Amino acid sequence: MGEWRSPAEVAAALDATGYLPDEGIATAVFLALRMHRPLLCEGEPGTGKTELARSLAAALGVRLIRLQCHEGIDAAQALYDWDFPRQLLHLRTLEAAAGGALDADAAEPSLYRERFLLARPLLRALREAPCVLLVDEIDRADDEFEAFLLEFLSEHAVSIPEFGEVRAEVPPVVVLTSNRTRELHDALKRRCLYHWLDHPDLAREVAILRRRSPGLDERLAAQVADAVQRMRELELVKPPGVAEALDWARALQALGAAEFDPERAAAALGAVLKYREDADRVRAAGLLG
Amino acid sequence: MACGPDRVRAFLAATAHTGVAERSAVYWAGRVTLCSDPADLARYDAAFAAWFGGAAPRPRAPAAPRRARIAPLEPGERQESGEAEPVRAAAADEVLRHRDLADLGEAEREHLRRLLAAVRPDPPDRPAARWRRARRGPLDARATLRAVLRSGGEPPRLERRRRGRRARRVVLLVDVSGSMEPYADALLRFAHVVVRRAPASTEVFTLGTRLTRVTAQLRGRDAERALRAAAAAVPDFSGGTRLGEVLRAFLDRWGRRGAARGAVVVVFSDGWERGDPALLGEQLRHLRRLARAVIWANPHAGHGEYAPVQSGIAAALPHLDALVPGHSLGSLQRVWAEVVRLGGNATAVRGAEMAMTRRGAAEVGRA
Repeated sequence: MGEWRSPAEVAAALDATGYLPDEGIATAVFLALRMHRPLLCEGEPGTGKTELARSLAAALGVRLIRLQCHEGIDAAQALYDWDFPRQLLHLRTLEAAAGGALDADAAEPSLYRERFLLARPLLRALREAPCVLLVDEIDRADDEFEAFLLEFLSEHAVSIPEFGEVRAEVPPVVVLTSNRTRELHDALKRRCLYHWLDHPDLAREVAILRRRSPGLDERLAAQVADAVQRMRELELVKPPGVAEALDWARALQALGAAEFDPERAAAALGAVLKYREDADRVRAAGLLG
Repeated sequence: MACGPDRVRAFLAATAHTGVAERSAVYWAGRVTLCSDPADLARYDAAFAAWFGGAAPRPRAPAAPRRARIAPLEPGERQESGEAEPVRAAAADEVLRHRDLADLGEAEREHLRRLLAAVRPDPPDRPAARWRRARRGPLDARATLRAVLRSGGEPPRLERRRRGRRARRVVLLVDVSGSMEPYADALLRFAHVVVRRAPASTEVFTLGTRLTRVTAQLRGRDAERALRAAAAAVPDFSGGTRLGEVLRAFLDRWGRRGAARGAVVVVFSDGWERGDPALLGEQLRHLRRLARAVIWANPHAGHGEYAPVQSGIAAALPHLDALVPGHSLGSLQRVWAEVVRLGGNATAVRGAEMAMTRRGAAEVGRA
């Protein structure tokens, strides 16, 4: 894992999985692997942060383990939990076997065994390493969780009181994403390499569209990418990301459009814009021809 | 740019991996190790260009980061609705509650002080990280299992648990510049009441030509003494305002260190900005990302003809969760209801609002 010798080799490997990185992304990933540091990706929604983790796992040939963050997420949801119903069943069985008298002292150790442990994403990432761990939308979690994660990221280990310590033999490759709805702690940022993802430029977006949607006419791809790039310059409520551009191109393709024509583009506008105000604004700006 | 020695070390380590022969390799190695915020990128580019010469090898400037929050803010909307229902308050109290604080005579001010001293603003709360045993709530598997073991396998009484609640931090930023002078006394009294109610989770700062922290002064029991101490601590009462610069000072010295993090921040100001409105907008955007919610209470917003067009408030508007009037005791109570609404769970709101009026009225009645 991580035997790539230069950012260019990282770029080629990601390219082979269908993800077209620019030099910045390739260098960031290369350094994250070499320096064994988590990579924090920030950027507008739809610039391919999550996709990067997915493609990186594919390129490395390892499993992707994903932790989706949300407000109020805690250790039991992120790290591990005990399988309570099975533990209780186990106690019942012991009780029945002993003829109704349970020896609590003897029974207790047998409750906290491997088979009753429910591994949540972080614990799984430690056990199944090498793997890619995606901590998605860390900005949605609370401060406390961020602090908890800090410990996990620096130790690559967790200790479970009844069970002992679980340590990764190979530290997992960690990718964190944030949409910047909340400022992250400096302490967390200090642990990570940081990469800001922009929307791709025109040439790269055309290449991405063609790569991800086979059979897409080159001219249509260029026209879609051009229109989407100009949409991003309008003050939209939700500027389209690459995924929306892709949806739009595919929708036009499905409508049988060989090239960009105003009627079909407008009919499929719902694939790329998700607010009525945005659609009005794009029409008013004459972007549909 | 905050580049400590650890970042510089990381940069050196990174160039060892990428090599230094390629200009763009050095550029990217520096960018992923030295930057930690989109705002750093332009500064980094400038520094890179200054050191290595030529333009930074970046395809194009990043788009300005946006917040993905889409609820439109309608400043006029809240003015009619949600008036707290007065319960057996004396008619004089009721009139005073809605009088503009700037128009009060000395006797009315005295009366207002008594009213203010009686309000009990319960702070908003947030889920705590720890769980507590509770009668209802999700099953506490660990505790139930222990109970089974203790009882030697008897059918268990199911133990349950709940998230504890903790007071959410509240930060009050009170503009004490010349144009706010008629309101400053009442606002600081209000702040005193809030600090007394939740001393550990409240912070108060005054904004003028500079930033002053008055939390410590307001923790005292006696309102008069607390206010005198606060006034003594404020070197710039009735001066000008440079809201943008003062907010930046707040964010640099207090905000990032935690005072604003996850807090409900209330700015009491009329929005007369003598400095650069663009700077104010930028600072508020930053503040909003640190805070749970940002509320702007503006004395002028209580008047019918008010429109948020002053340069300061116009720059701030896109980054606010609420713009509310703050000209009378009644409107201050609504400000607090908004603090609780935006800062805690929705069910707590009605209770909080009522607690202020009902208990407040009862105690004034006794006085």
